[in-house]
Amino acid sequence: MKLRRSMLFLPGSNAAMLSTAFVYRPDSIMFDLEDAVSLREKDSARMLVFHALQMPIYRDIETVVRINPLSTPFGMKDLEAVVRAGADVIRLPKTDTAADVHALEAEVERIERECGREVGSTKLMAAIESASGVVNALAIATSSKRLIGIALAGFDYVMDMQTERGDGTELFYARCAVLHAARYAKIDAFDVVFGDLNDEAGFLKEVDLIKRLGFNGKSLINPRQIELLHNAFAPTEEEVDYARRVVAAAAAGERQGLGVVSLNGKMIDAPVIDHARVVLRRAEASGVRK
Amino acid sequence: MTHSTEARLADVSLPAGLEAFSGVTARAPHLATQTQKHGRKLAASLEDAIRASGLKNGMTISFHHAFREGDKTINFVVDKLAAMGFRDLTLAPSSLLSCNFPLIEHIKSGVIRRIYTSGMRGKLADAISHGLMETPINVHSHGGRVHLIDRGELTLDVAFLGVSTADVFGNANAISGRSRCGSLGYAMVDAARAGKVILLAEEIVPFPNAPASIRQDQVDFVVKVDQIGDPSKISVGAARMTSNPRELLIARLAAEVMEHAGLFEEGFSLQTGTGGSATATTRFLEDRMVKKGIKAAFALGGITGPIVDLHQKGLIGRIIDTQSFDAVAAESLRVNPEHWEISTNTYANLTSKGAYCDRVDMVILSALEIDLDFNVNVITGSDGVMRGASGGHSDVAAGAALAIVVGPLIRSRIPTVVEKCTTVVTPGETIGVLVTDHGIAVNPNRPEVAERLKAAGLPVMTIEELYARAISLTGKPQPIEFLDRVVGLIRYRDGTVIDAVRQVKG
Repeated sequence: MKLRRSMLFLPGSNAAMLSTAFVYRPDSIMFDLEDAVSLREKDSARMLVFHALQMPIYRDIETVVRINPLSTPFGMKDLEAVVRAGADVIRLPKTDTAADVHALEAEVERIERECGREVGSTKLMAAIESASGVVNALAIATSSKRLIGIALAGFDYVMDMQTERGDGTELFYARCAVLHAARYAKIDAFDVVFGDLNDEAGFLKEVDLIKRLGFNGKSLINPRQIELLHNAFAPTEEEVDYARRVVAAAAAGERQGLGVVSLNGKMIDAPVIDHARVVLRRAEASGVRK
Repeated sequence: MTHSTEARLADVSLPAGLEAFSGVTARAPHLATQTQKHGRKLAASLEDAIRASGLKNGMTISFHHAFREGDKTINFVVDKLAAMGFRDLTLAPSSLLSCNFPLIEHIKSGVIRRIYTSGMRGKLADAISHGLMETPINVHSHGGRVHLIDRGELTLDVAFLGVSTADVFGNANAISGRSRCGSLGYAMVDAARAGKVILLAEEIVPFPNAPASIRQDQVDFVVKVDQIGDPSKISVGAARMTSNPRELLIARLAAEVMEHAGLFEEGFSLQTGTGGSATATTRFLEDRMVKKGIKAAFALGGITGPIVDLHQKGLIGRIIDTQSFDAVAAESLRVNPEHWEISTNTYANLTSKGAYCDRVDMVILSALEIDLDFNVNVITGSDGVMRGASGGHSDVAAGAALAIVVGPLIRSRIPTVVEKCTTVVTPGETIGVLVTDHGIAVNPNRPEVAERLKAAGLPVMTIEELYARAISLTGKPQPIEFLDRVVGLIRYRDGTVIDAVRQVKG
């Protein structure tokens, strides 16, 4: 089970962060060549990321690169560089329609062939940042086999919706739409960044909400948020204990040839057992909540 | 006079060396009048006190450094000695910092010829590293300094000790008055051992001043001065919880190491130091102590606000303080009966009859460099220039049941883990664990600790793997170019020479 709880944004122009960020062990690292990089640094950032992607230390961590839109003078150069450098995933910003993904996919395939990279090995991720993207979420999510997930990007979306970030009400429809599209397409769904670094309680509240909605994880802008997020996503000791008992009871039932078993007087059927197995796998991957 | 001594002893032939009584004040003229008896120690000026102390060219003067970068005593006194024409002095403060750069001129002019110190920083350290002095300086640990004094190598002729309050008889402390540095642990050593002791007191208070960190029977002269130091410059951010994610990461790992190394039991003891990671480690430890339901018997050191905080929450029994690193620690020492002031002799001298460092379970230490044998350098930077202090590093590493070194694997392009340290201050055999942002290495001489940490799921690697990781990121640094000339001798806590610092080329 590939966990994608945390996706840490790193400005591609920050050499110091590129050389140390993996120590924080996010599930994925996202090198940003788009909004976090000023116009004058687009070329140098691309070169830095090109080299960082090839460093051995990034071999055992999923690397994602947010390229500039292909409609800008930088987008194609970004793509040429990072597909060749071995990026695991290309994140396409401002995805409004399935056609945007198709256009990207065609270029990725061409570059893979040109540089000898296995065709199809470059995965894609679409960031949805507009009303159009939200409305087309299902078409986008099912547009390519390369897609591993779709992400909601809050800032541009609320601008497009003529509102602003607040208690989450403004994102409610978009979150649900993106999530349903992802679940239908059987790919991952990522929530927006939480901007106020010092508001730990606010961050955890939002994490709790998106976890309950069903998101796989969240984009992060500071390493300090990783531990908090991972811990919030880890099952509790009680959940793990219960899951163990469910799995044990199910196994016992199977040995006795029972179709339905009960635990402490409650019926345990297939969905409950499946969920218990998910909890145990998650505990194995992320530990127990502290 | 029928009962005169002369008459009584008229027919007694006194054994050689004994003299006849010749009056109550003959041998103690200061007892002649009440004014003299009470006021004899209060000198009208520093100059008077210096003259009265009998200080001569070539002698050794000493100071404490509890005000750290806020110290105003060392520069003030040496300026005065220079103006009075003294030369060829040995300067033996407990340590020197960046604020002591005016000493450069006094070294050039021959006022200062030799230096014993725990460390040095800034322009002074730079100049000495580049060959300013004819005689190499001696760098000792805090405990080692007391040892050098007690074994007779370092004789303190006159100690100049800054205190925030003193009475006219010399009872003094630094927890009352205006400029309070808290513990006078270093000064207590000098007051007990120097030939003459001159107190520079910011405030003269009514007799008897209490507590008497320095006692009246140790003091020769008291001088009133305007300011001995600026306490706001003692700590540079030490008490603040860091928001640096890398320091937090290291601190969390260090707290996990402390929790799982096998010593985290009711009544354990700790020393955590003052860096950003060390301070944060203290905070992370709190949760773990609460969760396990255990308390520490004592915390030693170098005391900071976060340690005081744990004590106030009932998680640390006693605070044993040889140096207070911030205003919170200094204030706690003043008001809290469970917060004790101890001399550096009691703290860390290996030849004292009982040093607290021998009773510490776990200590968090820093490092500028640590090599593949776990030897630690805390004195020279990657450019070969001295920029640190030996401090209590080697003392507590040797004394503690487990010494844990914390630091980033790489400091802006410069690896902390190196093949060979530029300078060895603390021998690797006394270091148990290295905690970096890239992983944890355990000294092969502590296999039981490695097993426990691995069992707890901590990222334990070999130090060679950490080194390889560092080099893969930074490339192999070019060796520093040194000249043959020795500018500093690194003295281990037992007085032996463990390394030499050579003059930097260029």
